[in-house]
Amino acid sequence: MGKTLFDKIWDAHVVKSVAKGLDVLFIDQHYVHEVTSPQAFDGLRNRGVQVLFPERCTATTDHNVPTVNQLKPIKDPLSATQVASLRENCKEFGIDFYGIGHEKQGIVHIIGPELGITQPGMTIVCGDSHTSTHGAFGTIAFGIGTSQVEQVLAAQSLILNRPKTMKIEVRGKLGFGVSSKDVILYIISNLGTQGATRHFVEYAGAVFLNMSMEERMTICNMSIEMGARGGLVGIDDKTINYVTSKTAIDEEKIAYWKSLNTDQDAKFDQVILLKGEDIQPMVTTGTAPDTGVSFGKNIGDASHLSEKALKYMQFKPEEKVDDQKIDYVFIGSCTNGRIEDLRIVANLVKGKKKANNVSVWVVPGSMKVRRQAVKENLDKIFLEAGFEFREPGCSACLAMNDDKIPPGSLCVSTSNRNFEGRQGDGARTVLASPLTAAASAITGKITDPRVFLNDN
Amino acid sequence: MIINSTTIPLPIDNVDTDQIIPAKFLKQIDKKGYGKNLFRNWRYLEGNTPNPSFILNAPERQNAAILLAGNNFGCGSSREHAAWAIADYGIRAIIATQFADIFKGNAYNNGILPIELEKQHVDSLTQASLDNPNLKIKIDLKRQKVVSSELGIKESFDIHPFKKQCLIEGVDETAFLINLRPEIQKFESKQTQLI
Ligand code: SF4
Repeated sequence: MGKTLFDKIWDAHVVKSVAKGLDVLFIDQHYVHEVTSPQAFDGLRNRGVQVLFPERCTATTDHNVPTVNQLKPIKDPLSATQVASLRENCKEFGIDFYGIGHEKQGIVHIIGPELGITQPGMTIVCGDSHTSTHGAFGTIAFGIGTSQVEQVLAAQSLILNRPKTMKIEVRGKLGFGVSSKDVILYIISNLGTQGATRHFVEYAGAVFLNMSMEERMTICNMSIEMGARGGLVGIDDKTINYVTSKTAIDEEKIAYWKSLNTDQDAKFDQVILLKGEDIQPMVTTGTAPDTGVSFGKNIGDASHLSEKALKYMQFKPEEKVDDQKIDYVFIGSCTNGRIEDLRIVANLVKGKKKANNVSVWVVPGSMKVRRQAVKENLDKIFLEAGFEFREPGCSACLAMNDDKIPPGSLCVSTSNRNFEGRQGDGARTVLASPLTAAASAITGKITDPRVFLNDN
Repeated sequence: MIINSTTIPLPIDNVDTDQIIPAKFLKQIDKKGYGKNLFRNWRYLEGNTPNPSFILNAPERQNAAILLAGNNFGCGSSREHAAWAIADYGIRAIIATQFADIFKGNAYNNGILPIELEKQHVDSLTQASLDNPNLKIKIDLKRQKVVSSELGIKESFDIHPFKKQCLIEGVDETAFLINLRPEIQKFESKQTQLI
């Protein structure tokens, strides 16, 4: 019987088995950020051990960093200490560190791919659940806790039980105005927040094959929101072209990568089949990412919507999402903070102005994305539209810095989580694609982006 | 390891780690003192007043070491701070129908026992706890049993033998991996040829 891409990568990384179903798995690449690592470095010091392979670690500051006047000292002393600790820890243990102001700084899941560090066939971890993003390159990439961060620093390995495999195949074609964010919101609303728990997902079928690498990253990013350990996409010419455009790769390696794809006769523990034609632009209505609904439907038609969530969101089941008045739009995060996302937004808003009732924050995912956006004059389009174009970081995705949505305010956000208080205490979040966020910024209401798009 | 304790019923599905410990409390660089902010936004009203209707604030639940959770407990962010907050608060075991994967691993690594039981059993334990706050439940890790003689419940739970051994003998997985370093280094030198 054939093997899946997941199985091939996993098997190639087993150092040894410690017990039935429990493997010591070698980790090729470890990404590190300031929030989930300080206690792990302390652990190393307490044990008196060095980092085993510092060259396999890359660190950046993203969660705490200000997105305005970034080079000034951070006002919050706790954030400042956390950021400074990472710098010192990286120096002490010899790890590449891209801190505030560094030309390579950015959200950890944005910089890994754009620097050519993320490569097919790898095992990749980070103390961050959205590490699944890197699966777009045909990798086994997943989030870990701080104890495991310490283990990877100390031994470049983890003791893991092998997840089950799930194939999510979306056949056919996407309709007009439907983007990859809509696809993943649709999948999650079908499966629920725990539909893929214990599983590693492979996204297969024409819809994913037709996507750009950036669109695939948006898909894989949100795998965790349906409970999956991670998600990945097969390796094709797009994958290889992306990586070779960032860094030099020899032919032998490329041949190896191609051999990793799922064999035709491979079996998955679970298979889900969906049709691209069934997917419409979507927004969430509740306080979990599985509460998506398409435009024109009643809020009460959304899947997995609880009374508690409705109450928090101040929505009524008989209302439609269309035309709900909003206060904020956040465009950014590791889900949709890449240059392609900014281009899509700029394209829609060019020559238009934001509605008076909204504040719009565009936060690029990295310094590189920001520089590129400026080079393409996207910043001017944003400023003319009345948007704020900020400096890179996680920002209002989790509101650990000053970028907080005020209590009770409604925000259309391109990030990945709409949990209670995620964007600030009492903040109400509606997850959406960059297109929907852009359209909503212009009208000041939750808006189907197709009204702004030209069908031909 | 035997835990014999009263319980805290929290029958809410999909409790994410942002609720267990909100992001603004993740700024420390040590592991201490997170318990006071456990379920912060549910536990306190504006201005630090304890929310009287939240179960953690009920006087009769103060010394409980077992949390009876809903389905998919600990989903969302990988922050181990959630497990640190739960352990620091004094909870030693959580019973739910299912845990999110990363949280489950974090719980083990902090000596918290995540127990998965079938829904009917979680539901009846939760109802019994709501009816009688003084109800005690016994968890016997060695025998892998959740017992309440009062309710006539004696349910088995699964745990990987390696995890069980780690919890009972206090085996430190990190030390285990550090001991494997020579083998891991040898593996790495082969590995670099391809990846
Ligand atoms: S952008 Fe949001 S989801 Fe992504 S790493 Fe930062 S905080 Fe996490």
